[in-house]
Amino acid sequence: MPPRLELRNITKSYPGIIANDDISMSIMPGEIHAVLGENGAGKSTLMKIIYGAAQADSGEIFCDGKPIAAHTPATSRALGIEMVYQHFALFESVTVVENIALAVSSSFDLDTLARQITELSNRYGMPIDPYRRVHDLSVGERQRVEIVRCLLQAPKLLILDEPTSVLTPQAVVKLFETLRQLAAEGCSIVYISHKLDEVQELCDTATVLRNGKVTGTARPKESTSAQLARLMVGAELPEMHVSPSVPSDKPVIEVRGLTAPARDKYGVELKNVSFEVRGGEIVGLAGVSGNGQAELISLLSGERTHANALSIQIGGKAAAHLNASERRKLGMAFVPEERLGRGAVPPHALWQNAVLTAHRSGLVRNGLVDRKQANSFAAKIIERFKVKANGPQSSAQSLSGGNLQKFIVGREIALEPKLFLVAQPTWGVDVGAAAFIRQTLVDLSRSGAAVLVISEELDELFEICDRLLVICQGQVSPPLIRTKTNREEIGLLMTRVDRGNGTNGRGEVAIQD
Amino acid sequence: MAAPVIATVLTLLVGSLLFAVLGYDPLATLQAFFITPLNSLNGLSEWLLKASPLILIACGLAVGFRANVWNIGAEGQLIIGALAACGVGLFYPNPDSWLLLPLMFFAGAIAGMAWAAIPAFLRARMNTNEILVTLMLTYIATLLLSWLVHGPWRDPAGFNYPQTALLSAAAMFEPFDYAYRLNASVFITVVAVFLMWLFTDRSFLGYKMSVSGAAPLAARYAGFRESAAVWTGLLAGGAAAGIAGMAEVSGPLGQLSPQISPGYGFAAIIVAFIGRLNAFGIVLGGLLMSLLFLGGEAVQMNLGLSAALTRIFQGILLFFLLAADFFIFYRLRRIPEHA
Repeated sequence: MPPRLELRNITKSYPGIIANDDISMSIMPGEIHAVLGENGAGKSTLMKIIYGAAQADSGEIFCDGKPIAAHTPATSRALGIEMVYQHFALFESVTVVENIALAVSSSFDLDTLARQITELSNRYGMPIDPYRRVHDLSVGERQRVEIVRCLLQAPKLLILDEPTSVLTPQAVVKLFETLRQLAAEGCSIVYISHKLDEVQELCDTATVLRNGKVTGTARPKESTSAQLARLMVGAELPEMHVSPSVPSDKPVIEVRGLTAPARDKYGVELKNVSFEVRGGEIVGLAGVSGNGQAELISLLSGERTHANALSIQIGGKAAAHLNASERRKLGMAFVPEERLGRGAVPPHALWQNAVLTAHRSGLVRNGLVDRKQANSFAAKIIERFKVKANGPQSSAQSLSGGNLQKFIVGREIALEPKLFLVAQPTWGVDVGAAAFIRQTLVDLSRSGAAVLVISEELDELFEICDRLLVICQGQVSPPLIRTKTNREEIGLLMTRVDRGNGTNGRGEVAIQD
Repeated sequence: MAAPVIATVLTLLVGSLLFAVLGYDPLATLQAFFITPLNSLNGLSEWLLKASPLILIACGLAVGFRANVWNIGAEGQLIIGALAACGVGLFYPNPDSWLLLPLMFFAGAIAGMAWAAIPAFLRARMNTNEILVTLMLTYIATLLLSWLVHGPWRDPAGFNYPQTALLSAAAMFEPFDYAYRLNASVFITVVAVFLMWLFTDRSFLGYKMSVSGAAPLAARYAGFRESAAVWTGLLAGGAAAGIAGMAEVSGPLGQLSPQISPGYGFAAIIVAFIGRLNAFGIVLGGLLMSLLFLGGEAVQMNLGLSAALTRIFQGILLFFLLAADFFIFYRLRRIPEHA
């Protein structure tokens, strides 16, 4: 039997970089094949080439033994190759069925399509209501929409790009069941991830990429995490050192009874949020995205202000009415979830982006920007955080997401904050760099700073946090001591409101069993 | 660098075709348009004289444009600046004082800023659209000027023409040579170009403005106030336009009449964009725009082309310049039909 997909000697270079260097791999029908690799290892480029969104400079692709000619996404779809992107491309204001109708090339018969969606989604154990509007859906549900959209085409090969980064643990279990069922029916699956435990649980084979080259193939179920990590990183992963925390007597940030209306009709209202973070400790805020994290973080960072000045206190001073710059004067630093356009100005060079928040650290003198200082400040961050960039002159938008994240985290940490807010610190960052960033957060807190981490990755929170909070539908749970709780308890808290009042809202993913 | 060259070549080709079709000798027309105006000392003087206000205003406007603050009412701010400066010049008790010129300078700048402060206040406080407000205020300024020169400020000895009395010598910039009109006010423009470069390229305030323009969310993230960008942007444009207005009355005009500007305030918007909002680009853009003004007049006088035709030609050049810029950054691509 010919392989479902075979790549022979694929090479693709962009100016200044070889993204894929002589890559060969093959995937049999019904096989779940992982593509593992750090950021910038060439995974995304390879997936684009397989899907036809980019063309290889040389090399051949065979589908069921036949070479694919004139490769575009349209020809891929005609061959039964479908792709679920990491960031969904759905129209928020219309219903599920209308979204899917736009992507499906068959005739525009919504009722028939809705029936197909209901039937198909039930068959794979991930029910969705075709008539709900997308903006009402949780991220997990949106992902189901994307997957169902692909399944409607009866794919022979399904590509999933980091599919679990936004799911609750319970939803991940569910997704894996679906994928196994699909594979059992003969569909091949290419699973892109940097989460080793998931790959070990799910995948039959793995191709590991590093710097655009295949560094090895493995049978994940028979390999240890350390072996896989070594193939990815090329070296042993540093071990995390988490020393016991010695919290300060007084909280560095104290939130008391913070209530705020939703920013827009897709937002979430914050209800009576109270918590505190002391110096020397890391507090994690867990939750399925879209439960009020965006509102809370913008109120904490000062991007949005609040009339009740006392509802947020930083270092004992009323701060809720202060803007971001004034709060930074109180010792705050902040890494937002969006890097381009919020944490950094896309067309600006890295040295200019250093000035964005580090202008108080001697980069501005007499009202003029000191370019030399800014350059050396940026160069130090690039060196210390191993940012892959052509020096301080390269623009923020020329960096990969993970590298820009390293730069922004580095810039904020270089400000030596007393209070450090960070959202999704390692989102899309490679394993080696993620470990480094986490270690840096731990070190920062142990040197006396208060650190609040907002993350959707429970593993990460459990690895570094001293206490955990859970946000769900705009309400924040009482703190849980990390050592006295577990993933299941947190997972249930992430979805508790649904169970309480029985609404069919977000997070239902987790409690179906 | 490729864009301006491509645009120029395309303009020459299309322009020649246009002239040829209409029965004019293309080469002679182009020569009359671009070469003849610069062939004499007087031509050079006029070239710089007209480029100076364009460059000055464009520098001020670009400060705001970089932060997405769209002041398109520089024409009105120019008129108000000219009004205030001329008012000082006419009514100051001692018409021969050396203080007169500096006073008029500040009057022009402050009046231009005050006129621009209206849209700034409305945008910062009530989030009105500054494009509409600045444009509307231009009409008010034009009518205010018209009322003054037809009414209270009309020269009693002016044979009933709608114009003010001539300013005294102390209220005027002295020309470098009385045979030509070019005067010392061009140095104001030179200083403005330097200040503009310093502000946008080196200053922290200018940096904050460019962040506001390129990524408003990042400005909010860093805590840069949006209202500061709005005020700075509009006041810079207002000051530059007001000073340009003052330089016009204290220079080539010497008095107010209902028509004091051939559209410098609007043309400067184009100059700012041709110059890509960059100080030195604006200098080149202003010189080009001024040459188009002069060349347009020259072909009308020498070859009898209609005013409409010269303006079409100017439009073609600007169109190609901006379009060439666009296609440097974007590419047209055929997308295959859906399977």
